[in-house]
Amino acid sequence: MENITQAIQGIPLNHYILLSSIIFAIGVMGVLIRRNAIVIFMSVELMLNAVNLLLTAFSAYRGDASGQVFVFFIMALAAAEVAVGLAIIVMVYRNTNSADINVLNKLKW
Amino acid sequence: MNLFYLVAFLSIFFSLLVIFSKNPVHSVLYLIVTFFTFTIHYILLNAQFLAIVNFIVYMGAIMVLFLFVLMLLNLNEETEPLKPTLLKVMGVVAGMCLLVTLAGSLKALSVSEPVVLQNANLGLVKNLGKVLFNQFLLPFEISSLLLLSAMVGAVLLAKKEA
Repeated sequence: MENITQAIQGIPLNHYILLSSIIFAIGVMGVLIRRNAIVIFMSVELMLNAVNLLLTAFSAYRGDASGQVFVFFIMALAAAEVAVGLAIIVMVYRNTNSADINVLNKLKW
Repeated sequence: MNLFYLVAFLSIFFSLLVIFSKNPVHSVLYLIVTFFTFTIHYILLNAQFLAIVNFIVYMGAIMVLFLFVLMLLNLNEETEPLKPTLLKVMGVVAGMCLLVTLAGSLKALSVSEPVVLQNANLGLVKNLGKVLFNQFLLPFEISSLLLLSAMVGAVLLAKKEA
């Protein structure tokens, strides 16, 4: 285990923050440029994971276990969210026969 | 030290492939690889519990759920109508603006000390379990309620003619 954790010694915290920001921004771009509801959902998962990684890095940096417990709660919440969200997508598909979000513009105005 | 940068590059590369690949099934597969690189990040931070939970819950359960829904809905062909190019460019520009804002504020902060594991066995199951069942016992129990209600909601929503 020693030589594995040696691998991160000396990496600035900023690089972790930068990596998480980049992946979060990629998730935001995915939400903005795609029309398939499932791909949008996957982009949201990407954003959640970026935040998880950053919380873990902060937790290791500060030596405080609360951050990792929080990540565990976020994972439980993501599981619940995925179950309900995919059920909604299945229902939408059954009613409109596509997973295209532009069909769902009844609530737009 | 170089391992971190290699894995970080892989995470960014595969998450870009997730949002830019045309076929949704390919997106799911790339997302699985992205989550695997996140697992490697957790191992590098010596957060072994989170690495295993990420491996089992995300790569196992959630991604199988995504794949099942994609296969059930028969969306695995390239039938997705694309957004107009102008909207796509605007989306990418907006995402880049967010990234530049975050990176710029980071630069203004400019306190960048290296990550040093102060407590090497912080992320082990033994240590986290103690924290989870002492300090965070009530939220832990409430999360079981959340999962129960999510299960009931998913069944109700997905049932035909509810």
